[in-house]
Amino acid sequence: MTSHDAGTKLTQGFETYPMVQAIGVRKRFGRHEVLRGVDFSHERGRVLCIIGPSGSGKSTLLRTINHLEKVDAGQIRVDGQLIGYRDKDGKLYERREKEIARRRSEIGMVFQNFNLFHHMTVLENLIETPMMVLGRPREDALERAEVLLERVGLSDKGGAYPRELSGGQQQRVAISRALAMDPKLLLFDEPTSALDPELVGEVLDVMQDLAAGGMTMIVVTHEIGFAREVGDWLVFMDQGLFVEEGRPRELLAAPAQGRTKEFLSKVL
Amino acid sequence: MKTLTEASEVVPLRHPGRWVAAAVIAVLVAMLVHLLAYDPKFDWGVVGHYLFSTTILEGLRLTLELTAVSMVVGIVLGTLLAVGKLSPNPIVKTVCWAYTWCFRSSPVIVQLLFWYYLAAVLPRVGLGIPFGKVFISGSTNTLITTFIAAILGLGLNQAAYTSEIVRGGILSVDNGQREAAHALGMTRSQTMRRIVLPQAMRIIIPPIGNEVMAMLKMTALVLVIALPDLLTSAQIIYEQNLLQVPLLIVASIWYFVITIVLTPMQYGLERHYSRGAKAQRQNTMWRPTWLSWGNSAEQSILTAEAPRS
Repeated sequence: MTSHDAGTKLTQGFETYPMVQAIGVRKRFGRHEVLRGVDFSHERGRVLCIIGPSGSGKSTLLRTINHLEKVDAGQIRVDGQLIGYRDKDGKLYERREKEIARRRSEIGMVFQNFNLFHHMTVLENLIETPMMVLGRPREDALERAEVLLERVGLSDKGGAYPRELSGGQQQRVAISRALAMDPKLLLFDEPTSALDPELVGEVLDVMQDLAAGGMTMIVVTHEIGFAREVGDWLVFMDQGLFVEEGRPRELLAAPAQGRTKEFLSKVL
Repeated sequence: MKTLTEASEVVPLRHPGRWVAAAVIAVLVAMLVHLLAYDPKFDWGVVGHYLFSTTILEGLRLTLELTAVSMVVGIVLGTLLAVGKLSPNPIVKTVCWAYTWCFRSSPVIVQLLFWYYLAAVLPRVGLGIPFGKVFISGSTNTLITTFIAAILGLGLNQAAYTSEIVRGGILSVDNGQREAAHALGMTRSQTMRRIVLPQAMRIIIPPIGNEVMAMLKMTALVLVIALPDLLTSAQIIYEQNLLQVPLLIVASIWYFVITIVLTPMQYGLERHYSRGAKAQRQNTMWRPTWLSWGNSAEQSILTAEAPRS
């Protein structure tokens, strides 16, 4: 288990346990073991970046955090709590769907393909779950949605349908949609991989602002520059394991492992 | 050898075959119209006389009622079955698949007769403890009137078919939509109602439109349980006056008119549910074919907008 309390920002609040804590996480799809015992812990207000070749298990790891994938072994706690289970007398009991949903609503997720709801306008996308899941009144949800759209520079797009927007705009809306739920943790699954190169910057800018605002983030990415500038901690994953980790600048400047060197030489 | 010069004029490809085909079809249509108009066997006076007769209009009303109620039963039950078939609950899943198998494996006409003659097997039906005390019961014949038998026969069968249409629609929605909804804290049923089904509608509506048209005509099968729908009413009349062809034309005209009224309704619904699906809006929807007469196939491909990434 690795803790990275040596970041640049002060830890917020007085909570004693980390935001995310994973112990011995294993996951297999059929015969293929995608995660082979991953341990990590992630402090509040920090940005953890995960890099690695495709098939290294980094996206799967991210999806186990909000229980979109069930783990086969190990535990993941978010804010001290298990998402999909309740532990009692040394056993894990599967939770009911409703309870899982409630815990998931506290964790935001941004997807590679945005996954905005196509049949709803941008504003409807932003108010749907705050109203449905958190039971917020429509006016409050709308007010908050407009503030969020303003923040990502899309206040004029509230009435547009997602497919009328560029990829970069869609991803900014998707980030706003996640923020509309006031999450305590934001997960990014290769948020810029489906974008045209000239649109990557606008999304990274939004993410950088969020990081500066103290949002706790875990980012699976291929954007080494972002990892170096914004990340507090960097992990290189390969074949379902954490191969190497450290402060981004140090890790990128002097990787110790051969596999890390090889990967970095390809992407840098 | 020619050198590459200024941009030259583009001459569209000619389609002489289309004009020949159109001429042949025009002649055939003219022959048909002539036959219909001048052959004394098609007695248009009789057709006009019976078109708005009370018996026929009553029959028309019953046909419309049967179509509407059976389709509502079919769509509501069919949607529940479709969701059930995709449910992680193995019991629900099995029951829904078994239902579909059961109702698709026998002719509708048999099912109609079965519900009609149910009283022969079960003279009384009631509510109570299985194999024990019965609290309330009634005669099957009073409970299942001929109309109810028709609705059960047509509606329950329709549900089996509709469930597959709806399931196809649900499967057509990108899995990312479900994942995003789950990640935001929606439960499975919320996701289904708010995210998946509204998007599946675009795929579901065209085949459902088909099913409505099919149902309109399938109601004519209630002839076997002596319910006076449009066709049965026409039959009742021609059995007395022996003017079979004019009365069949009367019935056909009404089926034709209803179909004409229903088609734009489908178009409107499709438009409603395709909001946001910009890439597909222009091409896949029903529109009169003559609108695209001048266009070549190549052109309509070019107007298709690719989804932006």
